Amino acid sequence: MTQALPQQFEQFSEARRAGFLRAKQIKENGGRIAGTFCTFTPSEILDAAGFVSVSLCGTSGETIPAAEAHLPKNLCPLIKSSYGFAVSDKCPYTYFSDLIIGETTCDGKKKMYELLGDLKKVYTLHLPQGTDHDYALEMWLWELRRFIAFLEREYGVSVTPEKLRAAAVARNEERRARCGLMELQKLSPPPMRGHQLFKALEGAGFRFSHDEVVSSLTTLTRDVRAAYDRGERPFPDGVRRILVTGCPIGGVLDKTVGVLEEQGGAVVCFENCSGIKAACRMVDTDAEDILTAIAERYLRIGCPVMTPNPIRAEHLTQLAREYRADGVVEIVLPSCQPYGVESRQIRRLCGELGLPCLQLETDYSPADAGQLTTRLSAFLEML
Amino acid sequence: MRAAVGIDIGSTCAKTAVLDGEQNLVTSFVMPTGWSSVDTAEAIRRRLAEEGFDTAALPCVATGYGRVAVPYADKTVTEITCHGLGALRLFGEPDCAVVDIGGQDTKIIRLSGGAVADFLMNDKCSAGTGRFLEVMASTLGIGPDELCALSGRGGGTSISSLCTVFAESEVTGLIGCGTPKENIAFAVVDSIAEKVASQFRRLESTEGGVYLTGGLCGSPELLAALSRKLGRPVRTCPQARYAGAIGAACRALTIQKSEESV
Repeated sequence: MTQALPQQFEQFSEARRAGFLRAKQIKENGGRIAGTFCTFTPSEILDAAGFVSVSLCGTSGETIPAAEAHLPKNLCPLIKSSYGFAVSDKCPYTYFSDLIIGETTCDGKKKMYELLGDLKKVYTLHLPQGTDHDYALEMWLWELRRFIAFLEREYGVSVTPEKLRAAAVARNEERRARCGLMELQKLSPPPMRGHQLFKALEGAGFRFSHDEVVSSLTTLTRDVRAAYDRGERPFPDGVRRILVTGCPIGGVLDKTVGVLEEQGGAVVCFENCSGIKAACRMVDTDAEDILTAIAERYLRIGCPVMTPNPIRAEHLTQLAREYRADGVVEIVLPSCQPYGVESRQIRRLCGELGLPCLQLETDYSPADAGQLTTRLSAFLEML
Repeated sequence: MRAAVGIDIGSTCAKTAVLDGEQNLVTSFVMPTGWSSVDTAEAIRRRLAEEGFDTAALPCVATGYGRVAVPYADKTVTEITCHGLGALRLFGEPDCAVVDIGGQDTKIIRLSGGAVADFLMNDKCSAGTGRFLEVMASTLGIGPDELCALSGRGGGTSISSLCTVFAESEVTGLIGCGTPKENIAFAVVDSIAEKVASQFRRLESTEGGVYLTGGLCGSPELLAALSRKLGRPVRTCPQARYAGAIGAACRALTIQKSEESV
């Protein structure tokens, strides 16, 4: 007997909560945990080195005051929240992490990792500034090799091509499972609330076992599809279909996506970090040199930390078509320079695509909830 | 008589407009919003009843930040859509830009083909809103209208702080230096116009006329300052203060009140 859908969705949130105990167990059994912050982190390398990865991306305003004792006030809430969790020992995942992986993505983050290094062991990967210079891939490969050498030296492990290839196969499988669920939203009307979808994708990351992640997502995908085929519809026909893009939105989900859907819109696609952008590209597991294939895969992530960043625009164009978006909502966290500046290009792109675009800047506090509701409602009235 | 009611409960003032079936303005009135939007909505209902308009029988749309507090409204619509509709009704230009300076929000709305095509709103900040004007006026010990009127005779002073709290100290400083009141008033109006203009410039492809709605449309000084900053004439009309309520009433005219409730 399969479970009802609401319970299944709930399980993903539970997985996140129960994850703390799992993390503790992993540690007690002699396992190692790596805390990560970014979709650029090459999970395959951590897998091959025997680490269990967990995302430490801060999505709560609760720890921001603690962070502001060390960090400037006008820094993005994600960085402050993440650092605040570490400095106040409020996040068990940060606490249990043997190693934290940072990347030179935005300036705020890379400087924060330096401070984080006083509290935890941190390894910061250097990303190229863009992907259009011919040595970008070569440089990134050097970084990955250097990272592997560090792991091997520091932890006495051996990261072999065979292990990397096996990890890539497994990670691809997980990415396909995520994409499978997300692609259901191409249906019209979409079969899931975007809010539910986001929570499920987020929660899946806290299951820690590859098989469990894949099987839970595949089961959910099958059951959502079955419910849809039985005629269950969370949205009426003709509901306005919204493509969401911008910064990581885990910390502002309720007051943006939640409100948008309460007001009668449907989020059909998340281009953001936890959404399609992080899952849609596969590692070529048949490639002769598996590390090169891994490096190439990660360099194709269209993030505004890259200059220029044509991949995001190409991807958004493709997603808007595939998901038949009626409008685009871009969510930017305050003081996020890469996304904040690129907003102008996104606005122009939406104009070219003939898609109405609403750009919101919001942080983790509830102070602007009323204004956001008005803007989101007005945007839906406009479509 | 076929008619419809539009109610715009803003942060400072509550505006009401009644339109007949041909979209002619039959009556309009404004009252302070006060502490409770619910009480205001009730006061509006009584006032309408006195004038012979029964909110139970007439279609009614509520807008503004207090829109959810009007129990007898048939529908709520955001002030952005309503100001767009209201401006279209008042100025009759389907492709234009509307600037609404409200008590706590300033909105720039682009109309295309008579419908809202794009809009921008100020962030969590009162610079360039009616609240900024109110605070500065109270620092000067005068009313907002008086400040605007006074500004026409001033010049040569500017306020650089966009933050209302900092600007207040800046004004206090200017008073301390003995700067003439009209020059400070000029600086206040100029600051509002500059903030609104900088927001306006963020909205792309704003062709056609520019129209001002909201509580400050009675100030020729602000209109002149804004026109100067934008380099194009900004127009308005006396009823533009009611644009949100008029837009709401326009929307209400499209509602069929259900028969069984009669």
